[in-house]
Amino acid sequence: MAKLELDITVALRAFDVQIALSAGAETVALVGPSGAGKTTVLRAIAGLHRPSSGRIALGSDIWFDSARRIDRPPERRSVGLVFQEYALFPHLSVRANVAFGGRERVDELLERLGIAQLAREKPGRLSGGERQRVAVARALARDPSVLLLDEPLSALDAHTRAEVREQLADVLAELAIPALIVTHDYSDAAALAPRVGVVLDGRLHQLGTPAELLARPADAFVASLTGGNLLVGRATAAADGGSSIRLDGGATIRSSERATGRVGVAIHPWDIGVGREPGAAAANTIAGTVGATTLHGGRYRVRVGELLAERAVDDTVTLERGATAYATFAAEDVRLVSLAHQKEEDPP
Amino acid sequence: MGAAFTALLALCLGVVLAFLAVPIVALFTQVPLGDVPGLLREPAVREALATTVRTNAIANALILGAGTPAAYLLATRRFRGRALLVTVVELPLVLPPAVAGIALLAAFGSGGLFGPELARAGIVLPFSEWAVVLAVTFVASPFYLRQAIAAFESIDPTLTDAARTLGASALRIFARVALPLAASGLAAGWVLAFARGVGEFGATILFAGNVRGETQTLTLAVYEQLESDFDVALSIGILLVVLSAAVLLSYKLLSHWRSSNSTSPLRFAPSTSR
Repeated sequence: MAKLELDITVALRAFDVQIALSAGAETVALVGPSGAGKTTVLRAIAGLHRPSSGRIALGSDIWFDSARRIDRPPERRSVGLVFQEYALFPHLSVRANVAFGGRERVDELLERLGIAQLAREKPGRLSGGERQRVAVARALARDPSVLLLDEPLSALDAHTRAEVREQLADVLAELAIPALIVTHDYSDAAALAPRVGVVLDGRLHQLGTPAELLARPADAFVASLTGGNLLVGRATAAADGGSSIRLDGGATIRSSERATGRVGVAIHPWDIGVGREPGAAAANTIAGTVGATTLHGGRYRVRVGELLAERAVDDTVTLERGATAYATFAAEDVRLVSLAHQKEEDPP
Repeated sequence: MGAAFTALLALCLGVVLAFLAVPIVALFTQVPLGDVPGLLREPAVREALATTVRTNAIANALILGAGTPAAYLLATRRFRGRALLVTVVELPLVLPPAVAGIALLAAFGSGGLFGPELARAGIVLPFSEWAVVLAVTFVASPFYLRQAIAAFESIDPTLTDAARTLGASALRIFARVALPLAASGLAAGWVLAFARGVGEFGATILFAGNVRGETQTLTLAVYEQLESDFDVALSIGILLVVLSAAVLLSYKLLSHWRSSNSTSPLRFAPSTSR
């Protein structure tokens, strides 16, 4: 199976998007805040936006090469693009929408995406999840060598989103072609793709498995995007090979990682325990005021000062809002990350 | 105070309505309605009707056939001088019809800009049925073009982008995506152009003259029958009023249908969960 390889620079109004990426028959997600240039990357691959320089190739098939002045139009690139709002043709039935891409596989695709019973409907009569499946079927009807999905879940409400996400994951897992998904939601990216790239201001900050991004975030932005707590402090080397960090909030904590100078401190909510008494001497303890409690994936997330901690729903310790509580966590769970891309500067 | 003001507004509306409706009503009272079908069978009327149908059919075919692709180009491409071209296209809209007629004479008349070339080719346009076609096309096409440009411009560009990524050629996008999505807007524009064309008088009488059986359309026949047979003139008037009312009604129905059948994609439409 041909590999999708791109190394492009696209000039946007505010900044340049510079992305180099290679994907075999696998799903890769690009995750980052809106305006980071993710959609531009997809449009460039599809041929709808011309990069200022670089190269896009599928195996030996070159789609774009600024040096060799190659720029194939979209209709001559074997690509399926699922648009953010799906861009279904409102005047065509579901069947005609799918057949627009190619007639051979229409029935098979309608069946596979579970929309065969909607074949005669117009897009205006479909729910968001159904529209999304029509858009995916239409993009696949051309039998593309590359599938691109632009925020495939963002137009859906929270209720249908989880269900549609699961179906989409199944479809993507069956595909044996490079698929590129763009999303602003890390949990969507992690659920849909075995490899996730984090994009900010047009740059790929880190590319790895969801587990790698969680365990070893390359910098503070990746750490905050993957849902961790992110504090800032000044690290000094400690005698035990780790570091001691004086947080900007006042407390001093220890990490088993070694760093010096200004650092970001990333701690996962599920690595933090909460109690009404300070923890054991070996652990890090930060006192804070109890804030809002929310239910998150079957567990409570409670705010203690600057930190978010997770608790089991059957935890018997009651934490009243406004009371003082203690967040405790091990030095091994404190990851130190670069602040290179944060706005904060070293205080004078 | 409020009631007095409302009364004043109502009075003004009454005056306006009376002024606008009285001539139309009068048209129907001045000739016995039972006589109208008979009067419309007069040879002069039948010839004028035939001329009107023939010339307008050709003019409308020209407007739709050349105007639709031209409007599509102006709506979907951005280039230097585009605004100027759009202005040129819209100019006949504000031009006095008499000026349009004399301008056509200046261009295609025997002593005009292209007169010698046309004469060498054996084509004599002025005072021929083709002159009526040109006059109607000239004054009516901007009504269609303006509306057609707007209709093509209102198509969501992501729909055409989607069509391209699905492998559609430019011609296929025009035929399968742009035309169907713009159809109701095009039809509304065509209704306006058709009404303007049928009502055309000034440019035609200057450029094509008022030759019975040749260039005399229904509006020109009204003008001629004023002196010979007022009842015939009134009957043609009634025919044109009915036609105009039908055109206006279909335009309103089309606009209504358009607003309830927006061509914009189903953006942010509430999901109708099944």
